[in-house]
Amino acid sequence: MAIEILMPALSPTMEEGTLAKWLVKVGDEVKSGDVLAEIETDKATMEVETIDEGTIEALLFDAGTAGIKVNTPIALISGEGSVSAPPPKVEAASVAIANISTPVSVVSNLVEPDWDANTPTIKITVRDALRDAMAEELRRDEKVFLMGEEVAQYQGAYKVSRGLLDEFGPKRVIDTPITEHGFAGLATGAAMAGLKPIVEFMTFNFAMQAIDHIINSAAKALYMSGGQISTSIVFRGPNGAASRVGAQHSHDYSSWYSNVPGLKVIAPYDAADAKGLLKAAIRDPNPIVFLEHEMLYGIEFDIPDVEDYVLPIGKAKIRREGTDVTITAHSRMVGHALKAAEELEGLGISAEVIDLRTLRPLDTETIINSVKKTNRLVAAEEGWGPMGVGAEVIAVVVDQAFDWLDAQPVRVHQKDCPLPYAANLEALSLPQPSDIVAAVRKICNK
Amino acid sequence: MAAKKGASGKDAKIIDNSLSNIASREELLEYYRQMLLIRRFEEKAGQLYGMGLIAGFCHLYIGQEAVVVGVTAAQNETDSIITGYRDHGHMLVAGISAREIMAELTGRATGCSRGKGGSMHMFSQEKKFYGGHGIVGAQVALGTGLAFAHQYNNDNGVSLAYFGDGAANQGQVYESFNMASLWKLPVVYIIENNQYAMGTAIDRHSSEVELFKRGISFEIIGEAVDGMDVVAVKEAASRAIDHARSGKGPYLLEMKTYRYRGHSMSDPAKYRPKDEPKHMRETRDPIDHIRNIGLEKGIFTEDDLKIIDKEVKEIVADAAEFAQTSPEPDASQLMTDIYL
Repeated sequence: MAIEILMPALSPTMEEGTLAKWLVKVGDEVKSGDVLAEIETDKATMEVETIDEGTIEALLFDAGTAGIKVNTPIALISGEGSVSAPPPKVEAASVAIANISTPVSVVSNLVEPDWDANTPTIKITVRDALRDAMAEELRRDEKVFLMGEEVAQYQGAYKVSRGLLDEFGPKRVIDTPITEHGFAGLATGAAMAGLKPIVEFMTFNFAMQAIDHIINSAAKALYMSGGQISTSIVFRGPNGAASRVGAQHSHDYSSWYSNVPGLKVIAPYDAADAKGLLKAAIRDPNPIVFLEHEMLYGIEFDIPDVEDYVLPIGKAKIRREGTDVTITAHSRMVGHALKAAEELEGLGISAEVIDLRTLRPLDTETIINSVKKTNRLVAAEEGWGPMGVGAEVIAVVVDQAFDWLDAQPVRVHQKDCPLPYAANLEALSLPQPSDIVAAVRKICNK
Repeated sequence: MAAKKGASGKDAKIIDNSLSNIASREELLEYYRQMLLIRRFEEKAGQLYGMGLIAGFCHLYIGQEAVVVGVTAAQNETDSIITGYRDHGHMLVAGISAREIMAELTGRATGCSRGKGGSMHMFSQEKKFYGGHGIVGAQVALGTGLAFAHQYNNDNGVSLAYFGDGAANQGQVYESFNMASLWKLPVVYIIENNQYAMGTAIDRHSSEVELFKRGISFEIIGEAVDGMDVVAVKEAASRAIDHARSGKGPYLLEMKTYRYRGHSMSDPAKYRPKDEPKHMRETRDPIDHIRNIGLEKGIFTEDDLKIIDKEVKEIVADAAEFAQTSPEPDASQLMTDIYL
């Protein structure tokens, strides 16, 4: 019986990959530890080793095949005495994807986008939108530089900075030691002296080491100096839960940073917002915390194919119009809210979905106007509930639109425990579209 | 020569024989003037604090004057300065007016941070003085960033980052040392070792009390300096600044110094022997040092000094008057300077 070699998952979020290169051919003897192939994911190129011994009986995909799903057999090794006819080669579902990232079906945007209907659009992943935003701003302003762990030679731990070192060189795309407190402080000092740093945290979990400089040094400097010392600096990176990476790598810091005057906090959902808001953030003269989401990096969205696409900071976006309930969300939860809204439509409930986009300053006007129309509110977020973004949204609504409410506002958020590793517990802990549906039904009596 | 002995007050010697060869009469008088200005300013600040006109935390620089005066004498106008919360002296020597500083201490609209910063949070973009930081050790990473900007802009400037012996135990200091040395950043780290991290004596807070050695594993040259001798300080600082400016990377100076007062105004400093400050004041005072040598060697006369004493007294009296008569910030200023 031949042993199947499966397409391995090389990262917690990998769903498929490209078989870049075979390093063995049919008939080769292999033993445990031998490298069989090079696999490219959207983050990196990795080698696949065998743990079995035997003869390569068949290679099931040609080198260069893209879009091979995790756990698909890619080769067969005959074990001791095994003789079996090689099966025919399998055509990959998609062999020539221009972009290496996974296109995932996205609930269609039912509301007018920020651009004109006649504007040409292209499909692009959130990852590449962020990269393009940085590249354009690096081109535009000599004072902009990017600094962080693995941002240069490695091309970014999540490949967000791919290609930037080649174009801009080591002076402006700088690999740091693993020293978050130090390089966040260094970059803030450089910003005080007039440069415009982009600081990438490999994840915002690690920015805890640096939070003193983000808050005490960057956010407060302008005020403490009576308006003399400004810091035009962007702290960016993935925030919140990825997939199966456990409690210390899955923390949503939205409410932490949004609590601090002097900071602006942005948490985009789609590629167009990621690009337009990151460009705005880099140009902004204030310190900005830009919260990305690893689970969105590989998702493709339409983005206007125009030069210099910049969006205003502090404006929420109505992603879907509705009349019965307002759902607020940011970052990845916007996708969940849109899925929930679609399901609710089937139940006869018309949900309006507001993508907050910027958490500080919060666009309270858009929220209030929506609630005045729908008279109901569900505030969804990925992080913990207590003292959270949803709590703030509800406080604003209760304060400014109390008389318009027909039911108590409700929060949807992560369960009040550190994020567990086990797949079932993780899914139980994180808010799902079904939780939003349930919350809406509770206050709509349906 | 830079002294390699500590300013413990017991065995350190005043190195006086080369003074007149190193510093001109004008330079010595200027050092005297600046140190005296800091001393009188701080005494006045202490007095106003006692009267309730200055509030919060107020850390006086009395005793340590030679450090910032000596270093500043070695730098030029392209260089940046950053320090911690014991910052009044650094600001005065950077050329920020005594009026603006004192008015900030009293929380007035005319203060250099318009009354919003207070003693520990003062800045002057114009004088390249980047604070005035209340978080112990933060200025070391920020100061390394100022050096990064000098290198990035290729403007030939050097960053002078001051911190205390207490801050020398913060992790970010070593994160900064590593990057500064790795990237050859033009920064001079100046440890003002006044022997006490608030109330904890150095031999109770540091496994290695010779702090100039703290850069060794980062390949940063370190030097111990008699921080009570302004000329020794200036000479060492010149070496360090030249090194940094020439592209060779960071340099570490440990200034052995002493503060006469408590850590802050609210600290009675009962953790040190009663006669220690007295002894230091009588035998190692940086201002007396210059005065005595200059007079002994006939470099200047009592009359020369009297002119300076009078000038300094007037500046401080004027600053105190200004700081007490200036208006408080208008209520409308509460919500400004949060965002640009």
